[in-house]
Amino acid sequence: MIFNPFAAIGRASMAAFSEIGRLAIFTGRVLLACLTPPIYLREFFSQCMKVGFFSLPVVGMTAVFIGASLALNIYVGTQFGAEQIVPTISVIGITRELGPVLAALMLAGRVSAGVAAEIGAMKVTEQIDALHTLSAKPERYLYAPRVLAATLTMPILVLIADIVGLMGAWMICVAALDFSGPTFLRNVWQENIYENVSVGLIKAAVFGMIIAIMGCYQGSNSKGGAGGVGRAATLAVVGAAVLILASNYVMTSMFADT
Amino acid sequence: MTDNSKTLLELRNIYKSFGPKHVLQGFDLSVAPGQSVVIIGGSGTGKSVSIKCALGLLKPDSGEIYFDGEKQDSAKAVARIRERTGMLFQGGALFDSLKVWENVSFTLTQNQKMSRKDARDAAIETLKKVRLGASVADQRPAELSGGMQKRVALARAIISKPDLIFFDEPTTGLDPITADAVNDLIREQVQALGAAAVTITHDMASVRKIADDVAMLYDGKIIWRGPVDRLDDSGNEYIDQFVHGRADGPIQPSM
Ligand SMILES: Nc1ncnc2c1ncn2[C@@H]1O[C@H](COP(=O)(O)OP(=O)(O)OP(=O)(O)O)[C@@H](O)[C@H]1O
Ligand SMILES: [Mg+2]
Repeated sequence: MIFNPFAAIGRASMAAFSEIGRLAIFTGRVLLACLTPPIYLREFFSQCMKVGFFSLPVVGMTAVFIGASLALNIYVGTQFGAEQIVPTISVIGITRELGPVLAALMLAGRVSAGVAAEIGAMKVTEQIDALHTLSAKPERYLYAPRVLAATLTMPILVLIADIVGLMGAWMICVAALDFSGPTFLRNVWQENIYENVSVGLIKAAVFGMIIAIMGCYQGSNSKGGAGGVGRAATLAVVGAAVLILASNYVMTSMFADT
Repeated sequence: MTDNSKTLLELRNIYKSFGPKHVLQGFDLSVAPGQSVVIIGGSGTGKSVSIKCALGLLKPDSGEIYFDGEKQDSAKAVARIRERTGMLFQGGALFDSLKVWENVSFTLTQNQKMSRKDARDAAIETLKKVRLGASVADQRPAELSGGMQKRVALARAIISKPDLIFFDEPTTGLDPITADAVNDLIREQVQALGAAAVTITHDMASVRKIADDVAMLYDGKIIWRGPVDRLDDSGNEYIDQFVHGRADGPIQPSM
């Protein structure tokens, strides 16, 4: 048979569109379960611990190093007025971009993969089927608590990442660059600090939702034993990371004049 | 006992394929209230698939399913059959993130909104029926042996007092003594509940112990069905080969 490039391209784009369609339907069903009762509170709180609390070390470590290295980079690129410029730029960079994006990417590794593996294992051992036969809907019992927990705890994590990241910047400035500590803090506390932080926190909530939904979606689609579960975890991390970066761009341009 | 004037579950002319693999091709089954039907058949012939279709876990390509006279063609109807049936999965399918008692009383806490304390008591009560002590209640499924897991899964399947219970290979992987005990439990609990049962098994000892009727699945269809005491003089060469476990005969071993 002659290789027909149009057929191949057509097939690939059909597959991509139907995947996007399935993900959209899945997201709609899960969000509906998140917004209407009953909500399984026990599951929700235990997921908040797993997703939020136990991610603190990862997020904190990331933030402190990124804050410090960002401040150093800005200092190196600044010729005068560094004491004014370094904190001003750092606070924007950390609260609006690096805090939420890096925390989200770290959580994509930790949480998306974990959720996909957990749900994937439940799928291949027929636990999801068992839920159905016991009249419990997986979107309510499994997916909604995870999505709610990630969406609501992610902003808290990012707020902490912002504070820790600025501490990192502050430390490098005071310890290595001989800045005055109080001046640094005064420059951080500008008039639009609230806007900057809020933009970051809105992004954080969206990223949290993406992280949990990708984990649930790939997990619930896994098939074929342990290999399938591993593949689901990989697909969840990659999918979540791509969607985080793409939606970050969209939100940055939406909020550009905020 | 068996009331043949009514059927509780009926599967009519079910077809189900996975890609090029045609698994069920005109599968029929009817189960009367209180009746115990055992499905036998070779590995990979679609026994598990047939009961997953009955419970709406898989969607047949064509065919009709009725439960208590109601056609299973809407989400509501499927929800009703699930409320009134219990299922013991081939691999147990216990929730490994929950304790044993939380597994057993899952429908009580999740659907009937029973308090956790009452549910725990009910779970321990039901565990007693499957000869498990209260000490396992707070363990995780992974800490139990295979036979204990089967019994926990059995407890989970019967706790809501269903009208119909599906058992998918309840004795596979158990030693003969435990297997026999599980068979006794099934017989005893099904009779205590007055429930109908559909059991899948390869184990002829199980068949003789728990079946009222036996149905043999071969090549996507039920090729023989009859009362268990006709098993040895069915006059059907497929049944004969299966019952006596011979490699030569009309059925090719699946290797
Ligand atoms: N979800 C699925 N996707 C693709 N193929 C499937 C699926 N479920 C079952 N099959 C195929 O359908 C066939 C019948 O499977 P089924 O699990 O019903 O066998 P079985 O009769 O229960 O066998 P066993 O006694 O070994 O449990 C098998 O060949 C299996 O590969
Ligand atoms: Mg099977």
